Amino acid sequence: MAKLLQTLFDGVAVGSLYALIALGYTMVYGILQFINFAHSDIFMTGAWIAFVIAKAAGWAGGDTPIWASLVTLLGSMIFCGLLGFVIERLAYRPLRGAPRLNVLITAIGVSLFLENTGQLEVLFGTQPQRMPTLLSSEPLFRIGGVGLPLVDVVVVLVAVGLMLLLQWLVFSTRLGRAMRAVSFSIPVASLMGVNVDRVVSFTFVVGSALAAAAGFLYAMKYPGLNQPAHSTWILLGLKCFVAAVVGGIGNVRGAMLGGLLIGCVEMFGAAYLSTSLRDVYVFSILILVLLFKPTGLLGKATVEKV
Amino acid sequence: MGYLRAVSPFLGAIVLAFVMQFGVAPMFGAYYQKLLIDIGINIVLAVSLNLVNGFAGQFSIGHAAFMAVGGYAAGAITYYGSFHVFGDALVHHGQGDVLFLAATLVGGCVAAVAGWVVGLPSLRLKGDYLAIVTLGFGEIVRVLLQLTDDVMFKRADIEAASVGTLALALGGALGFGGLPFYTSIVWTYFFAFTLLVIAVRLKTSGEGRAFLSVRENEIAASAMGIDTTRYKVRAFVLAAFFAGIAGSLFAHEIGTTLNPRELGFQKSFDIVIMVVLGGMGSISGAVLAAIVLTLLPEFLREAASYRMIIYALLLISMMILRPQGLFGVREVWELYRRPKVSRPQVRPPGSLP
Repeated sequence: MAKLLQTLFDGVAVGSLYALIALGYTMVYGILQFINFAHSDIFMTGAWIAFVIAKAAGWAGGDTPIWASLVTLLGSMIFCGLLGFVIERLAYRPLRGAPRLNVLITAIGVSLFLENTGQLEVLFGTQPQRMPTLLSSEPLFRIGGVGLPLVDVVVVLVAVGLMLLLQWLVFSTRLGRAMRAVSFSIPVASLMGVNVDRVVSFTFVVGSALAAAAGFLYAMKYPGLNQPAHSTWILLGLKCFVAAVVGGIGNVRGAMLGGLLIGCVEMFGAAYLSTSLRDVYVFSILILVLLFKPTGLLGKATVEKV
Repeated sequence: MGYLRAVSPFLGAIVLAFVMQFGVAPMFGAYYQKLLIDIGINIVLAVSLNLVNGFAGQFSIGHAAFMAVGGYAAGAITYYGSFHVFGDALVHHGQGDVLFLAATLVGGCVAAVAGWVVGLPSLRLKGDYLAIVTLGFGEIVRVLLQLTDDVMFKRADIEAASVGTLALALGGALGFGGLPFYTSIVWTYFFAFTLLVIAVRLKTSGEGRAFLSVRENEIAASAMGIDTTRYKVRAFVLAAFFAGIAGSLFAHEIGTTLNPRELGFQKSFDIVIMVVLGGMGSISGAVLAAIVLTLLPEFLREAASYRMIIYALLLISMMILRPQGLFGVREVWELYRRPKVSRPQVRPPGSLP
């Protein structure tokens, strides 16, 4: 019972991280129909910027004030939001309307660029680092014999809070309506007076900020940060893309569902079957979903028009 | 006559491979001879990926995984086969090349089957799914190979072990060491030239035009009666076959270790960059890019940490400034020829059609 609860908590904590990153993939795919391969590197940059901020401020240990985490989180989100804006402006906008393959290759180029620039000694360096502890990992309270550390609670609360905020943004504001219009059809939206460029920029900023938040939370939960070009980052990004596909790509609620699902499958598989095969479960789910419901759990089937 | 015409280019490939070994290679030292083999392997990889990427327009970024599958299959056959046939891995009484050829072909076939299994579900969907599935497949292959058992090296153990046990003893995360060195310039360029003949012929055949039509416009292609999924899978399987062969060449080369980490998505990206740089759909472009990108890192050793940054910027600016690659779909020898189709017919005013 304790193991079951522990695994469930882990799955939800990791799953909400995945959901945050999956949202960035799904929003960009919904609007521009391409896989933003560089998204996992934005996530990586978010985690590393959080490390740089915490290190520069000298925060560490148990007596860190709670606002230190907030400052780190916001700093990382703002930096990555700007980064996302610049990337869209310089690399993706010139290719608007180009064949999808070209945009995909550009995205891989951006991904390689971010990774290898991050590896430079003046930036993050080629060595793994340890994120300073900002939130204690002492159990906050116990449920059914399982202790819940503050870190996990914060991870889930921040992730859920940001998702609710996004939900409000997309479904209850003018800008959100513009985003949905652009994802429905770019030419029609622009005929209706929507500034498509601004909406796309905004999408990238929001998606990148969410990825940075996920990066910060990830660094809190797993303090051992791998070097920027390490394959764990791309692998994590891939899992989140799988989450977006499983939930139904282009669907904001689907990304949240898919993230939680993938997180739980991974954790339960690792706990009850075999730890070393955890990546295999995730990709097997992807292939199964593609075989039986290619549009994802919440996606609607669309007919491609000529 | 028709028979001769069909076979002679392949005979030419064999002759050229021997010319490479005995005519070209002696001009260089041992280090450059190894580079020559590296170039040949990269040519096989780039041109085969070009079949999927350039001809059929499907984006695969797991080519190194097929290379790994083929390399491990072939390596297991030569290594454990040598124990059974010759008594030791490094002894072959001058007959090793037959074993190597058989192992390489089997490796290619195993990779092709893997390609079929991966391609069939994902090629039914839009192109980007293939990219993500191939990347995921590559990761699965890497994880599974890292979980394999240690390599066996005692003759008695190997002769006692069943085929299933041997197929799982592939070295794990440490890599499959101790493989015999069979990869020579002759073998490398025999496969490279054979693939080139196949690719060039494919490009001008009905089959190849079907690939190109799928790339240009899937809806129009299926309206013309082309079974798009079937052609995509065909291109994919053929490419996987040659990736497997390249894997076998890589596995049996002097100075390389067959290691799951070496064949991750970084390697796949390297191959993609070659294809993109050369021009998707251009065979000679892929060959040139393979040559340049194999030699470039050797000359950029001092700037090693900037190499990937330069590659990345090259890739991005290439897509923005010259999205069709250096040569586009054209071949090097067609560069000065006017494009036949794309120029609109302008009639002088007043003349009748």
